[in-house]
Amino acid sequence: MIPAAFEYARAATLAEALRAVATRNTKVMCGGQSLIPLLRFRLTQAKRVVDIGHLKQLHGVSKTKSAIRIGAATTYRALLDSEVLRDACPLVAEVTERIGDRQVRNIGTIGGGLAHADPAADMPGAMLALGASFVVRSAKAKRTVAASDWFKGPFESAMKTNELLTDIMIPVPARGTGMAYESFEQKASGYPLVGAAAVVTLAKGKVLSATLAFTGLGEVPFLAAGAGALVGTDGGADAVRKVADALARGVDANEDIHASAEYRLQLAKVAARRALLRAIDRAR
Amino acid sequence: MATLFGSGIRRREDPRLITGNATYTDDVKLPGLLYAMVLRSPWAHARIKRVDVARARKVPGVVAVYTGKDVAERLNPVPCAWALPNADLKVPAHPPLAVTHARYVGDGVALVVGETREAARDALDLVAVEYEPLSAVVDPEAATKKGAPKLHDDVDANIAFTWTVAGGDADAAFAAAPVKVDLRIVQQRLLPTAMEPRAAVASYNPGTEQLTLWVTSQNPHIHRFLLSLMLKLPEHRIRVIAPEVGGGFGSKIATYADEALAAFASMDLKRPVKWTEDRSENYKVTTHGRDHVEYVELCGTQDGMITGLRTRVYAGLGAYASTAAPGVPTILHGLIYGGPYTIPHIKGVIRGVYTNATPVDAYRGAGRPEATYLMERLIDLFAKKLGADPVEVRRKNLIKKDQFPYTSATGLIYDSGDYHGALDKALGMLDYKKFRAEQAAARKQGRYLGLGVTTYNEICGLGPSQVAGAVGFGGGLYDSALVRVYPTGMVRVYIGGKPHGQGEETTFAQVVADEFGVPMANVEIVHGDTDNTPQGWGTYGSRTTAVCGSAVKVAAQRVKEKAKKIAAHLLEASEDDLEWKDGKFTVRGSPAQSKAFGEVALMANVAWNMPAGVEPGLEATAFFDPTNFVYPFGTHLCTVEVDIETGETRILRYIAVDDCGPLINPLIVEGQVQGGVIQGIGEAMQEIAVYDEDGQLLTGTMMDYAVPRAAQMPNIETAHTVTPTTVNPLGVKGVGETGTIAAVPTLVSAVCDALAPLGITHIEKPLTPARVWAAIQAAPKGVAR
Repeated sequence: MIPAAFEYARAATLAEALRAVATRNTKVMCGGQSLIPLLRFRLTQAKRVVDIGHLKQLHGVSKTKSAIRIGAATTYRALLDSEVLRDACPLVAEVTERIGDRQVRNIGTIGGGLAHADPAADMPGAMLALGASFVVRSAKAKRTVAASDWFKGPFESAMKTNELLTDIMIPVPARGTGMAYESFEQKASGYPLVGAAAVVTLAKGKVLSATLAFTGLGEVPFLAAGAGALVGTDGGADAVRKVADALARGVDANEDIHASAEYRLQLAKVAARRALLRAIDRAR
Repeated sequence: MATLFGSGIRRREDPRLITGNATYTDDVKLPGLLYAMVLRSPWAHARIKRVDVARARKVPGVVAVYTGKDVAERLNPVPCAWALPNADLKVPAHPPLAVTHARYVGDGVALVVGETREAARDALDLVAVEYEPLSAVVDPEAATKKGAPKLHDDVDANIAFTWTVAGGDADAAFAAAPVKVDLRIVQQRLLPTAMEPRAAVASYNPGTEQLTLWVTSQNPHIHRFLLSLMLKLPEHRIRVIAPEVGGGFGSKIATYADEALAAFASMDLKRPVKWTEDRSENYKVTTHGRDHVEYVELCGTQDGMITGLRTRVYAGLGAYASTAAPGVPTILHGLIYGGPYTIPHIKGVIRGVYTNATPVDAYRGAGRPEATYLMERLIDLFAKKLGADPVEVRRKNLIKKDQFPYTSATGLIYDSGDYHGALDKALGMLDYKKFRAEQAAARKQGRYLGLGVTTYNEICGLGPSQVAGAVGFGGGLYDSALVRVYPTGMVRVYIGGKPHGQGEETTFAQVVADEFGVPMANVEIVHGDTDNTPQGWGTYGSRTTAVCGSAVKVAAQRVKEKAKKIAAHLLEASEDDLEWKDGKFTVRGSPAQSKAFGEVALMANVAWNMPAGVEPGLEATAFFDPTNFVYPFGTHLCTVEVDIETGETRILRYIAVDDCGPLINPLIVEGQVQGGVIQGIGEAMQEIAVYDEDGQLLTGTMMDYAVPRAAQMPNIETAHTVTPTTVNPLGVKGVGETGTIAAVPTLVSAVCDALAPLGITHIEKPLTPARVWAAIQAAPKGVAR
């Protein structure tokens, strides 16, 4: 497990990092929990690795009236420790507990993971269900990409090679919102065979809004279009079952040595139902 | 005086292991050290047309690059050391590096040696090999069929051997039996996954013409023996040191090409050379376990007596016959077919088969888990067919306490046992009747609870050397100890065994300290270096405590006999008047007249005043060759709940009652049982090495091969019954493999019991949720959803 030789540079400032990523054969490291294994397996090669994990302005969780901001280099450990998230958006912590192990969570970062865009990662499901958006910068510009536009293909995000993901923005959930994550893990990797993240808002005993995102199920993590069918219902077990059963219908599900497409579709039904029921329970 | 035997002292090995102060092979650093790496075939089967090393040689820091041809002239083939008799065994030459053909993904093709690991690694990518891919076969049954790709010119149908075990008249028993059940079983390939990968550091001294080899070995003396053959170097010029070894589970028994290549390079370059595999290489190259396809059947009477067992087994060996491979699915498997039951008629035909996959060798339990598994699965089917309680069918067929020593249909003589005692103890711990009631109630609510039971015995404490010779094992199976007492009374014990996680530095010190009446801290156990330990045969097959531990005991007794002579002389008393009391030689009736062990040790070593005719010094060596194997046994029970929506199994309780004779150290026994059961749960529930049709290993990393993790494992409740063996002076049996042997059928039995209402009787292991769910979908009685 010896990588080919590469130059390693810790960017002193964000500006320096942005200049560096614009050069050829450069990889960005933000935690390195996926990049380092890829380099060691020689599945990817880089002339230069620019480390942005230590940049202060990319760390931390803060909240305004309307949005929660998470710095891209915030470690999973820090997400678990964040009172802001625990109070306003507990889904992030719930999902984070399923990521890697203690050592990975101590070093791995939310932005590193989202930029890596592993189609079976846990976090994308939560980001989609929460309606998050991602701030990306280049040396010259800054733009915001909705989570639903972010995952372009397996290990492929909407970010350009000269850009860096700097902030994750999550709208502050409305009162009466409950959220939950259900996943079935592949026992070797710990990645979900299928994960379902649900966010449901209730008002006066009726479902006001409902979103659900799947990860691990298809080529990219995605929002299940049919979750809106819960709106207006009482969010009871029958209504949820009916909606959940239909959510993954017609999806071209992944298939590998660990699970058939048919089995993943079954898990999707169960995960969606359990996530929705728990989210509704928490919303009450 | 209280004895240390029986006390759960913490392992003295652990502080150095968990504080980073242990020295493993890869920690060995020598001046001028070079680093070797092996280029591995990416094809499972290919003709090698050309190997061009010119570019690789030009990489800065690269010292040498060798091809298969370069090496073939200087090294003998990798040996197989188990010449299984009466089986038409065919062992084709296994070149240290492939010359004409690569036969599995991982087969070595070239050796690169560099000043740094980085240089060697970079050069690997620049060795140009032209392959002509050939069709491959990885399934051991398919490999024997007409038209299957042929691995070795001189091996027809890829069949390495056909070995038959028979006792009684199984065919007649089946013809007469009113009840028969049968099953096709796949005992999936497993990856042993020792925490420490393999490594070797070879240092050849051209002046003395001596080779020192540090290597990850469970049996350094076997390594020395086989390497002398491979390297064409006299055995007395080879010193093998197995320093700290981080687990083996059988995978560090074999002598591999890699350590011989490191030695070869050191001899050629006259500099020390280190080779260390990474985990991917470990999964591709280090021996795998199991890999059987079995057709098995059992017959019996309407009232539940089992009368016969027949098997037809295809045992995958991989591309070449590894060191002990021919003996594992035969001697260690077929001979124990009767298990703990009184089955009069047994017949098994076992074919060893070459396939385009990594060589298979011993893996925790080695042949015995496969035997117990097929028997326990069949008994469950038999009980089901009779409509009988599976526990009661077992009870009825277990050998009774008063039948020991018991001669099995296959000719083994079981030393001692109380099989019903262990069964009753386990059932009591569970409250069997209560669980059955809970299960019935749960079924009415649409919940699926199940109970699995295994009653087992196993062969271990390998074994009498005469038997080793008779079954073609290329070595002895005695073991040895040299007990040396220093002038200050401190004791060192040099043993032929090679503990690598089993804790014998602790347990053997307990035995010796007891014998001499000294604190345990005064006794040190030394192992792993062929230059200072007497000839031994290593640690595997749960043999070290029973065999090597007995050698320790006997050697210590010899020392004590001599000490007694000296004590009698110093006390001016007759030996017959001395008694061993409170850790001292004491003149009977005169407690004030005594000599402690330390006083005698000093006199023996300075020899100022010795009895006539007694030599100075205080040490003794013993070679202990047991008269028989030992046969531990027990009952394991497990209860589970299966979620039929997802196929997930939750283990509710796991109960292990094992009998390994007296427990020298209950804490260490507990660790062995816990670890063994967890490894068995891994095999039953989640571990499988998957190859695709082209022979590519798809589970090549821990991202895809599901080694059990702490959070995935249940609490394990353990208990023991104690039935000593008569074949060694400690009365002990082995306990290193019992958990792995018993846990696998227990889990599968429990899940199948849970799903019995759906008409499910068997699911192929590992019982991953995906497989269980698929079985539920295909279930005869279906599920209302």
